[in-house]
Amino acid sequence: MLRTYADVKKKLSTGDTLMSILEGYLSAIEANKDLNAFLEVFESSAKEKAALVDEKIKNGTAGRLAGMVIGIKDNLCYKGHVVSASSKILEGFESLFTGTALERLLEEDAIIIGRLNCDEFAMGSSNENSAFGPVLNPANKKMVPGGSSGGSAAAVAAGLCTAALGSDTGGSIRQPASFVGAYGLKPTYGRISRHGLIAYASSFDQIGTFTNNIEDSALLLEVMAGEDEYDSTVSTRPVADYNNVSEVKNQRIAIIKEGYEMEGNDPEVKLAMDKLISGLKEQGHTVDLVSFPYLDYMVPTYYVLTTAEASSNLSRFDGVHFGHRSEKANGVEETYKKSRSEGFGPEVQRRIMAGTFVLSHGYYDAYYTKGQRVRRVIQDKTIAIFKNYDAIVLPTTPTTAFELNAVSDPIAMYLQDIYTVHANLSGNPAISLPMGKHSNGLPFGIQVIGDFFKEKEMFNFSRQLEKIYVN
Amino acid sequence: MKISEETVDHIAHLARLEFEGESKDTIREDLNRIVEFIDKLKEVETDNVEPLIYMTDEVNRLREDDPKVTLTQDEVLKNAPKKDSDYFRIPKVLDK
Repeated sequence: MLRTYADVKKKLSTGDTLMSILEGYLSAIEANKDLNAFLEVFESSAKEKAALVDEKIKNGTAGRLAGMVIGIKDNLCYKGHVVSASSKILEGFESLFTGTALERLLEEDAIIIGRLNCDEFAMGSSNENSAFGPVLNPANKKMVPGGSSGGSAAAVAAGLCTAALGSDTGGSIRQPASFVGAYGLKPTYGRISRHGLIAYASSFDQIGTFTNNIEDSALLLEVMAGEDEYDSTVSTRPVADYNNVSEVKNQRIAIIKEGYEMEGNDPEVKLAMDKLISGLKEQGHTVDLVSFPYLDYMVPTYYVLTTAEASSNLSRFDGVHFGHRSEKANGVEETYKKSRSEGFGPEVQRRIMAGTFVLSHGYYDAYYTKGQRVRRVIQDKTIAIFKNYDAIVLPTTPTTAFELNAVSDPIAMYLQDIYTVHANLSGNPAISLPMGKHSNGLPFGIQVIGDFFKEKEMFNFSRQLEKIYVN
Repeated sequence: MKISEETVDHIAHLARLEFEGESKDTIREDLNRIVEFIDKLKEVETDNVEPLIYMTDEVNRLREDDPKVTLTQDEVLKNAPKKDSDYFRIPKVLDK
């Protein structure tokens, strides 16, 4: 199984063609169909590209990602290919352009192997909200892979592609990475252009990666990050050489006290945290428990603001210009209402309703503006932590993956994101590292939150954190 | 506060969604629970806090307003649920 880019390059160096490597991934996908990770395999365009890149390799003109076979979450636009956001409302929709992040991967000769299942419009924490069925966790098929980028997580963990792209609005990369035992990166808000990413909540959304090591996350970030004329919120700061590894010493590490002490933490996750804390101290770092008394407000703030933004972003799905149109509708207003009610699944409708409510006359200030104020408090306090510390370390999720259909209450599901929404509310970069295996056999992750645009430092620190033996 | 049936109807209309019968009861119940959940924010002291609106420190990132064809007419119509050769087709708006 070729789990990393290094594995692929080793194969290439022993004389294998990229075409044969691609064939290997294609048969792995076929053999793991029951996971329901891929909604569609782009076999012909992938093979076309593989032939082209094989030629380039022969001529010594191949790009930096020659050999990297990448799956994309079904909310990223790739010209001439279907993209559906795992929703019936977009079934059969074909992208008219390729998004910036993807374009940059293709320019460096990556192969895009197919589109990956996810929660509808990236709304969910278990991948059970997809209109095309749930994804199974490769570590244990009775379990969910997490969400919303569940297909991306499962595909990378099962070795069906070298890496995958996802999007992270409240934890949609890191939580599933934790549940399947992969590396999940959410860069700083604005580090990667969102052009070509189907919008959920624009002030939160960030494209990121699933990989089987830090090196591949760093490489993909380096290729995708940076200025783009199609996204006015993307940062113009120079992109660092994220794989320029250096040993970090005497780091000051903050552990969020309220998260560390939370009763809902699985005892084995807590134990792993304790081992990490002592390991970090042995490495010569300073580790402090830092109080951040906003844990209970994180998810409600996230929920108010993301649903508001979603209700606005999803108003474009009107049954007129593209997407599903109801056969039953008469007149314009019915076309809107029936097309949307038939096309969107229950969780998406719930969030549109909640978002419309918090933006409606009489409630706007009490909820929406209030949410923006609390977001400022959370960001300010986070900035204050980074004045004294280099990184925050906390579990990615309080527990390991849960069983399919086990969480039916929407609010209990929203609380899945309790440790991950922090980085989206404040905008900081964060990565989930596979840290251990629970005695129940399932993997779980530990999360590192870095300072704004300090992904390089975050990777370097993560490399050291990884050396600590947890179990 | 409690979400009334009238509020559900009003919000659904604003959102251009339809809920009837059982699905209306369900969404009303869900909204009530969600309101209870987000009411928690009232506990946070924010008297002198400005709302956080922009998540980036980039200011006025504008590009030149050069006209160019980014999509052809065929491309624009490609994903339309109903179309003519030149137009999106919509259901009849006025009855004779």
